[in-house]
Amino acid sequence: MVSLDESKILKKVPRHVLMEAYGVGVAREEERAGTFFHVDQSTLYSSVNELFKGKIELMDIREALQRYEWLSDYMWNAIQKSSDFFTKKVAEDLSGGYFLRILPGAEVLFPLQSCLMITQEGMEQRIHNIIIAEENSKAHLITSCLQHSAVRKATHIGVTEVYVKRGAYLNSTMVHQWGDETVVRPRSASIIEEDGTFVSNYICLRPVMDVQMYPVAYCRGKGSKVIFNSILYGHRGSFIDAGSKAVLDGSESRAEMISRAVTREGSKIIVRGSIEGNGRECRGHLECKGLILDDESFIQSIPELIARSKSVEITHEAAIGRISEKEILYLMTRKLSKEQATSLIVRGFMDASIMGLPEALTAEISRIIEIATKS
Amino acid sequence: MEVKNLRVELEDRLILEDVSFGLRSSEIHVLFGPNGSGKTSLISAIAGLPGYRIVSGRIIFMGEDITGKSVEERARLGIGVGFQTPPEVTGVKLVDLLKLCLGKGSEDEFSAEEIRLIEHFRLQGFLNREVNVGFSGGERKRAEILQLLFLKPKVMLLDEPDSGVDVESLKIIAGEIQRYIESSGASALVVTHKGDILDYIKAKYGCVLLNGKLYCFMNPKRVYEDIKREGYEGCIKCQMKGEEKW
Ligand SMILES: Nc1ncnc2c1ncn2[C@@H]1O[C@H](COP(=O)(O)OP(=O)(O)O)[C@@H](O)[C@H]1O
Ligand SMILES: [Mg+2]
Repeated sequence: MVSLDESKILKKVPRHVLMEAYGVGVAREEERAGTFFHVDQSTLYSSVNELFKGKIELMDIREALQRYEWLSDYMWNAIQKSSDFFTKKVAEDLSGGYFLRILPGAEVLFPLQSCLMITQEGMEQRIHNIIIAEENSKAHLITSCLQHSAVRKATHIGVTEVYVKRGAYLNSTMVHQWGDETVVRPRSASIIEEDGTFVSNYICLRPVMDVQMYPVAYCRGKGSKVIFNSILYGHRGSFIDAGSKAVLDGSESRAEMISRAVTREGSKIIVRGSIEGNGRECRGHLECKGLILDDESFIQSIPELIARSKSVEITHEAAIGRISEKEILYLMTRKLSKEQATSLIVRGFMDASIMGLPEALTAEISRIIEIATKS
Repeated sequence: MEVKNLRVELEDRLILEDVSFGLRSSEIHVLFGPNGSGKTSLISAIAGLPGYRIVSGRIIFMGEDITGKSVEERARLGIGVGFQTPPEVTGVKLVDLLKLCLGKGSEDEFSAEEIRLIEHFRLQGFLNREVNVGFSGGERKRAEILQLLFLKPKVMLLDEPDSGVDVESLKIIAGEIQRYIESSGASALVVTHKGDILDYIKAKYGCVLLNGKLYCFMNPKRVYEDIKREGYEGCIKCQMKGEEKW
């Protein structure tokens, strides 16, 4: 059954585009607090659920810049225009992006969603998003970035600036689904104020030619906190260089990084993590677990811990290994084939519950992981 | 199932020299033997676990020679193994493994009868935990036997299902094994060091594995009493093979 809301979205977003998006975390509008669709070079759809009007703002970034003069203070603030070749490209010629603002004190119980899609062969998409979680607000956002299954080769460059104000909580989950010939360069940075919490989850499960990203979080406020979690599944010759960096300037600020990386079929994954403890009594922990499934693949974990005060405490643990033969055989005595046993263990290894999501979203992400590891 | 003159090597060492026995429908046999005599190796060789090299001899199951078949094939044919020390399977929840044992998808629900059995085994609190991770010895055994009951095998190979299990749990485990054997017509080979389990299962024969061979097929309680009295030494002296009984 097509609901009224869906027919509204269908006027703007072609059905085949919508159907593909549903496979990577996009849900029906009525299950989300807000929905944003950017396809190729333009915003196709942007809407706030009736239940959350007055709590959030969600619109095209260019429209937002026209509407709010003050927004220019946030644009190219957490990230410098000139930081690299890719940020320069976005600054020169913007395809679009979203502006999301969760208003002060608003508690947004439904997740927000944005979908950035490429449907044209060979396209280079240049996105700039700005998210502002105002004081004491609370929200979950799920962003799905994908290319249409008809597209083989594309480039996605996405700049995202996140501002988490005093006492706010923002949980942002990014699901990527690119292709064997696609190059992806997300460029994200966040600034977190006093007692603010930013959770940044990254999920990459489909083969991709080349992803490189290194989002930075500046924990400026006292007691501010950042959590980076990632689930990376490198297969069919993927190359994924995904790291994260936390700069703990605020006293008693916290950083946590948890990653799960699986590599097979000649894929390469580099997991970087850097925690820089500058403020008094700040704490950090970095955890990387990797599974390597064949001799053609590669995993590298590069942790970096920096302390600039004796009151700083930062720890890390990393382990890379293969699946134990004993576990596989055990499952095979339960009528599973070797492949089924392997994918069951791989799926369990890529545990969605590390992401701190509400139960329903965890289940959604688990389903996406299940589908990706089955094929 | 019929095991004929099985000779098994592990890491180039001869573990089983010449083992023969048969298991008929609804029969339970109990296997005794000192530590290291090769009981686990025998079960592993029948289950088809790699490393246990069958040098000669045959395993016939339901009229078919399965000696060369893979672990998975044997499991699908109906050979169920209850491990002596089940491994921890990180990341896989007990609930999902139980559903797989039942042939269910992850979205399918348990039936009322299945839930009853889970509760009877006192495992409802373990469903969302990773398989065997942090389980005590007895909890592992309960989870192990429950998986086997859900697999509905034609032959159960149970390696010390009673080790580390408290009295009450033993009653539950053994009682359900007996019930399953009676109702399904399946058979079981139970490895044990203790006699207590014999109070809850109706085993037909007890036998002893010594020096790579099986001895003494007779009333399991008597075998157990003899071992308690005379030790395994007594079995060597006695050397009653009694294979003519099959
Ligand atoms: N993986 C292994 N590698 C080498 N020897 C083993 C291995 N596993 C068991 N053994 C040896 O094989 C013999 C038989 O072991 P096992 O079948 O486990 O005996 P039981 O179950 O009767 O105690 C023992 O001497 C044991 O030490
Ligand atoms: Mg043993």
